[in-house]
Amino acid sequence: MKRFLLLGALVALSLQAFTLNAQTIKLGTDPTFAPFESKSPSGEIVGFEIDIAKAMCEKMGVKPVWVENDFDSIIPALQAKKFDAIVSGMAVNEKRKQQISFTDRVFHTPAGMVVRKGSGLTTQAASLKGKNVGMQQGTIFEQYARKYYAPYGVTVTPYKTPDLYRADLLDGRLDAVMDDSVVLQTTLLTKPEGKDYEYAKPALRDEIFGKGAGFGVRKEDAALLNKLNKALADIRKDGTYAKIAKKYFSFDPYGD
Amino acid sequence: MTLSLEGYSQLILAGTWVTLKISLLSLVVAFLIGLAGTLAKLSANPVLAWGAGLYTTLIRGIPALVLMLLLYFSVQMDLNRVTEHFGLHQIDIDPVSAAVMVLGFIYGAYFTETFRGAYLAVPRGQMEAALSIGMPWFRAFRRIQFPQMMRFALPGVANNWLVLVKTAGLVSLLGVNDMVKAARQAGNSTMRQFYFYGVVAVIFLAITSLSQILVHYLERRFAIGIREARL
Amino acid sequence: MIDLIQTYWKSYLWSDGFNLTGLAMTMWLLVLSCVLGFILSIPLAAARTSRNPWVWRPVWLFTFVFRGTPLFVQLLMIYSGFAGVHFIRHSPLLWSFFRAGFNCVILAFVANTCAYTTEIFAGAIRATPFGEIEAGQAIGMSRATLYRRVILPSSLRRALPAYSNEVIFMLHSTSVAFTATVPDLLKVAVDVNAATYMTFQAYGIAAAIYLGVTFLLVALFRRAERRWLAHLQPQTVQASPRNANPRPKEQAC
Repeated sequence: MKRFLLLGALVALSLQAFTLNAQTIKLGTDPTFAPFESKSPSGEIVGFEIDIAKAMCEKMGVKPVWVENDFDSIIPALQAKKFDAIVSGMAVNEKRKQQISFTDRVFHTPAGMVVRKGSGLTTQAASLKGKNVGMQQGTIFEQYARKYYAPYGVTVTPYKTPDLYRADLLDGRLDAVMDDSVVLQTTLLTKPEGKDYEYAKPALRDEIFGKGAGFGVRKEDAALLNKLNKALADIRKDGTYAKIAKKYFSFDPYGD
Repeated sequence: MTLSLEGYSQLILAGTWVTLKISLLSLVVAFLIGLAGTLAKLSANPVLAWGAGLYTTLIRGIPALVLMLLLYFSVQMDLNRVTEHFGLHQIDIDPVSAAVMVLGFIYGAYFTETFRGAYLAVPRGQMEAALSIGMPWFRAFRRIQFPQMMRFALPGVANNWLVLVKTAGLVSLLGVNDMVKAARQAGNSTMRQFYFYGVVAVIFLAITSLSQILVHYLERRFAIGIREARL
Repeated sequence: MIDLIQTYWKSYLWSDGFNLTGLAMTMWLLVLSCVLGFILSIPLAAARTSRNPWVWRPVWLFTFVFRGTPLFVQLLMIYSGFAGVHFIRHSPLLWSFFRAGFNCVILAFVANTCAYTTEIFAGAIRATPFGEIEAGQAIGMSRATLYRRVILPSSLRRALPAYSNEVIFMLHSTSVAFTATVPDLLKVAVDVNAATYMTFQAYGIAAAIYLGVTFLLVALFRRAERRWLAHLQPQTVQASPRNANPRPKEQAC
């Protein structure tokens, strides 16, 4: 019995040592948001935000480890300490700030709605009355739709992942989808199956959409937040940010 | 219609392995919890009996999917609280392990009911005789009660196993990269959803059919020496 | 927790102001699927017990496929899979049916419960005491009359305990409907969770409601059993001086 306990203690200690050795930071992401974060055919997680995060980690001297998580449960997962920061195109808005803290802005791209060409649908509630609008669950687009569309007879349908709302749009089950305009461009409009679709006008603007996306951290992790903000400021100052941005975009994703 | 998996064979194979792993591991967990639960429910201790009764009633009265969603995050959060309290380094539960724990916990209730019926079906004289010759209780259970119990429990266990496998098809809704998620991703990317879901359906059919053949063989094996009523 | 209930109780129970949601939708799904499944399963069960292989093999194939695969996969197939099939997508009649998530869900649920119910009823039909059938045949009853007056009444009663399990199982299975965008009880919980991040509370309320309905159904079926299976209840021994130590009243399980 004593030997067993001793062995158990040794194993436990060795496990501790093993995990404390690597200076890693776990980053949670939902890689369905190209070009910000997506999965390459070989299964690697790539994207603009991924590269920015990698650059920041280099500045901080830690190694990033990626943890995949569906977007609608990414905040609870952060709080359950499955990872230490959210790197998933998460817009900073008041509602979310009640749950977690955000770094300074990482990028700011506008929201967009895509409809079928010739459907005559606009982003106004009156035109969408009786129609079915889809988006990813847990996003600011869902919040916007529930606030401005649902009370006016528009059916709001949230989906767990973007490929699900995309499938239903292409099937004809949805009349419109909402997401980040750059993401819609990359994942739908520039693809062959998206040739019959276009942006709906007028452009969507509201404070629900927040002032850009940032990395999310737990409220109690103030030290980590400061480190991330410093690293972010560093890569913006020394031009790393601009270099990475040029790789993905023809415009400045930082916004104004 | 081409029969190729269009390069998604790797993903689907990996997903199938995850589904099988989760199902089998959950079966083991549920089996063990079921045994413990039965002994608790049938024990003379009213607290144990009442507790076990509460467990089976609650778990069997709530849909497995709802329980899975309810418990999936709580498991990690509660564990964090425990490790923090004791000052230990955080133990991370990966999605597969969390799914196994939750599924095992849920089906433990169903197995408890199955084993309860099986336990009561063994003539009481068997255990009495074993205890009367001085066998320690656990040895008597292991050598006398348990083997005979399993013969009666087999149909129920088989049924629960089939339900468990099919419920394991829901873990993709927890974010686990199982077979169904793989088929969904493959189908939505190639717009050939019908085909990929068909593949997954066939795999499930293979699992359930093989299980039923195995169960049939086990039933015959356990029933050696017993004559069945035949009309 | 309290304000969560105050804000969302209506959605959980019957409507979010625009659609039928929550418990009402779940019950509607359950009732519709079970009734349709029940009605369809009776002729199928009769076919399943037929001696003609051309008759029972197709039914066996149907129950084999629908009992051997998860309901979730069946739903995905009908909702997403069929939508990708060219023939269905471009046929105005078929597409108008499959377009609505609700229809796909009902189709999947009906097929699934019908498969299980068919097997349950087939088993019950097979267990009909042969003497009853012989007696019916002896007085010249036709096949149809035999079914109507002898086999079905006794089989359906025999199947009641197993069928009650199936109905409760179906109630639990309706929780998968939200993946086809049908706003059932679980979907309301998912939406509340996405809006408030109060995971345990959002799902806990749904769990409590499911539990309540399960209890209700169990009580209802127990009453039905007492009525229709009265002839199978264990006999109780009357207390009298002659039976000084009566056998304890056995619990009907």
